[in-house]
Amino acid sequence: MSESGVGAAVTAVQRPRRVRPNYAPYLLLLPGLAWLVVFFVVPTLSLASQSLQTGNVETGYSLTWHFRTYVDAVSQFWPHFLRSIIFAGTATLLTLLLAYPLAYFIAQKVGRWKNFLLVLVIAPFFTSFLIRTLAWQTILTDNGPVVAFARSTHLTNLLQSLQLTNNDSLMNSRFAVICGLTYNFLPFMILPLYANLERLDHSLIEAAGDLYATPIKTFWKVTWPLSLPGVVGGTLLTFIPAAGDFINSRLLGNTQTVMIGQVIDSEFLRVQDYSTAAAVSFVLMFIIVVIVAVYVRRAGTEELV
Amino acid sequence: MTETTSGDLRLTGVTKTYDTFTAVDQLDLVIPRGAFFALLGPSGCGKTTTLRMVAGLDQPTIGQIWIGDKDITETKAYQRNVNTVFQSYALFPHLSIIDNVAFGLRRRKVSDHKAKAMEALELVQLAHIARKKPGQLSGGMQQRVALARAIVNRPDVLLLDEPLGALDLKLRRQMQIELKMIQSEVGLTFVHVTHDQEEAMTMADTIAVMNAGRLEQVGDPATLYEHPKSTFVANFLGQSNLLEATVKSHAGSIAELDVHGVNLRLPVDRLVNGASSVWLGVRPEKLRLVAAGSGHDGAGAENRLTGVVTDASFTGLATNYLVRLPWGQELMVVQQNDGTSRVAAGTQVTLGWAPEHGFALDARQDAHAGAQDQADDSGAA
Repeated sequence: MSESGVGAAVTAVQRPRRVRPNYAPYLLLLPGLAWLVVFFVVPTLSLASQSLQTGNVETGYSLTWHFRTYVDAVSQFWPHFLRSIIFAGTATLLTLLLAYPLAYFIAQKVGRWKNFLLVLVIAPFFTSFLIRTLAWQTILTDNGPVVAFARSTHLTNLLQSLQLTNNDSLMNSRFAVICGLTYNFLPFMILPLYANLERLDHSLIEAAGDLYATPIKTFWKVTWPLSLPGVVGGTLLTFIPAAGDFINSRLLGNTQTVMIGQVIDSEFLRVQDYSTAAAVSFVLMFIIVVIVAVYVRRAGTEELV
Repeated sequence: MTETTSGDLRLTGVTKTYDTFTAVDQLDLVIPRGAFFALLGPSGCGKTTTLRMVAGLDQPTIGQIWIGDKDITETKAYQRNVNTVFQSYALFPHLSIIDNVAFGLRRRKVSDHKAKAMEALELVQLAHIARKKPGQLSGGMQQRVALARAIVNRPDVLLLDEPLGALDLKLRRQMQIELKMIQSEVGLTFVHVTHDQEEAMTMADTIAVMNAGRLEQVGDPATLYEHPKSTFVANFLGQSNLLEATVKSHAGSIAELDVHGVNLRLPVDRLVNGASSVWLGVRPEKLRLVAAGSGHDGAGAENRLTGVVTDASFTGLATNYLVRLPWGQELMVVQQNDGTSRVAAGTQVTLGWAPEHGFALDARQDAHAGAQDQADDSGAA
């Protein structure tokens, strides 16, 4: 703040001299910009144009500004949009509940075991996403120990009353899809939270205690607000991909759990109705942007130092 | 409702050990209510550990801590009526200044917390920045906010952990005076931890010098300086010249001491009980330096030594000399810049001082204890 003032004063005193314009920063930006143009801007525009075209794969498409496709897409697939948002939101909340204590523990309490535990968090990434998701089919299988345990403790009944199960099975149910989403995106929550909580100044915790705050008050008044940037980062990294995910709902769900990612997948590759697929993609993008904008604004992270 | 209700802070037999290391060893200390008390010592002497135990941030291994007649040893930090000004200030970065100051009041559900917090900010002259965030403030301002945040709760004891350590010299001087004024204004017990002897002497009315987890000496600044009880205190608080002396006689009120064949005198009550060999100490600024043959050789002073100036450095306020005595020992002499003529290195000089300016220490102690830990204070005496 004050440095800039001092700097200005110094340059004012010095003899003015011609400064050769420095193009290096722009040159360094070029590859990134080119990448964005070729692989984001152009495809997005092509997708937008596709969504407003009519025709079919055999005869070809022509741009007719057919906005009706959007109306049809939303009226036909609104339950899938809603379901995706709810599933992704629930999974995000669950990852937050699981990840926060874990990240806090790794960042603040374990000392030299820190790096080892972080490797354990990342270790599942060494296996394919598909394999890890398929593993949940085995975990939740009807004659497996998890289901046996859930049935004996009447957890199944509870989940069934919440309409999360597939009758008395856990597999091919809402429960299974949410479990898969939660599991697959957990590291994306842990890592930003860890990065944030690791920087938490322990003297602030001591200061809160010194100022009569109980440990619980200290958490809600100091630790939690200071960790909000990590929470926002983690929830965005989890929610956005989870809302568009189609692997978990396909491998772990049933016809009642179809998410919007599956709809896009089948419209493009099976039905080959490119216009509807493109329109659905755009609506999904729009919904996510709106939700994220509202969320980031509510979280008020821009106020945090 | 925030009226202080209890009395003195007392530590009885407090010991803190970490694995094999003893940070604080059998500490007994009474800090009277309303005192400005300094815990002074080099880093690692246990002063911060002591402070953290009083705050409730660390638990003593053995011993009790009392405020008045209440044993608070087992009380959690957030239940103690004790507040701390942390070395790093530890202001909450997400809260405005006023919310930082009101934090303690809110937790205790004090009704008019906003008004009280504003009052505290006025006390430290920062009412105008109440809406800002800590990150927008300079170090000196943050320091005062931290002070206001602690004072506003009217604790039984206010702990200050090297609160001025992060400030530059000029600001530190200013804050020393300000802190002292605030303390007399609010009348709280201040316990100030510092390694800076000058800071402790400027601010505190009682100083406890700590070394290696133990108390060396407790007293007011003048007593500690003029009558140190150990070589550590003599060297850590200012500088001292220590001469190896043998007590020849202590008839009457003045004792006669032999220092390498020279007869020197010292009031009897300064002598260490019964000891025949002592360190005879004298502060550098108590020595009067006169060039030999200038006519008035140490006039009026009863104790005299002769030597050769080996080094003279002018600091503005004073001139610091090193004078080599016939047996090779070098004494530090500080001559105030009061108009007396300065002498150059190589000059033969006489050093004189009044017997009552000397002090005696047990000869079994290390003559250099505390000297290496000292802050840079050459010429400050």
